[in-house]
Amino acid sequence: MNEPWGPHDLGGQKGGPVDLAEHDTAYWEWQIDAMIRLSLKKGLISDFAELRDGVEQLTQDDYDRCSYYERWAKSLAHTLVSRGVVSDEQLTKQIESVRRRQEAGA
Amino acid sequence: MNAPLFDVGQRVRIHDRTPPVHHRVPNYVKGQVGTVERVCGMHGEPEKFIRGDGNPRQRIYRIKIQQENLWQEYQGSARDCLEVEIFEHWLEAAK
Repeated sequence: MNEPWGPHDLGGQKGGPVDLAEHDTAYWEWQIDAMIRLSLKKGLISDFAELRDGVEQLTQDDYDRCSYYERWAKSLAHTLVSRGVVSDEQLTKQIESVRRRQEAGA
Repeated sequence: MNAPLFDVGQRVRIHDRTPPVHHRVPNYVKGQVGTVERVCGMHGEPEKFIRGDGNPRQRIYRIKIQQENLWQEYQGSARDCLEVEIFEHWLEAAK
C-alpha cells in the first residue's frame, strides 16, 4: 500500500464517529450543482473525473476547512480558469461584485 | 469493443501505484489479490479526462477481496468479502 493519494483517500484509516444528522441543501449548493451539470452538458469540462481531480489537488487545510460543495466550487473555478473559459480577472471581479451586493443588502 | 481480458472467477492483482492524478482505486486495495465477481460496463479512463476525453474507454470489473486480507485485526468471518469496481488497466492476472 502506498501513501494515500491526497486528503480524500481516507478509506481504511481510523476515523471518529459518523455524523448521521440530516441537513438541508442550501440554495447556493443547488447552484453549484447546476453549474457543474451545465458545464458538463456544454462540454466545458470532460467528466466528473476532471472535477474530482481538482478536489483531490486541494491542500489538506483547504480540504478540511471546506464543505462538500465548497470543494466542488473551488474545483470548478480552477478548471474553468485553467481551460480559459473564464479568466482569473473576470472571476475575481465577479466575486467582488457579488460581495459588494451582499454587503449592501445585509 | 475488445474482449474482456479477465473472466469471472479469475484471480487478479490490483496494481500498487499512485499516479499523481485522479484515479478510482482506493489506497487500501492497492496491491491486493481478489477474484473477478462480474464484468461490468465500460467508461472513459479517469486518468485521461484531465483536458481530454478519457478515450479509449476501459472495461470495469467488480473485484471480490477477502476482508481478512484487507484488515490486519479483522475479527469477522473468513467468508466476509469486500467488492470494489476496478478498471481493467489496473489489473493483472494472479496465481
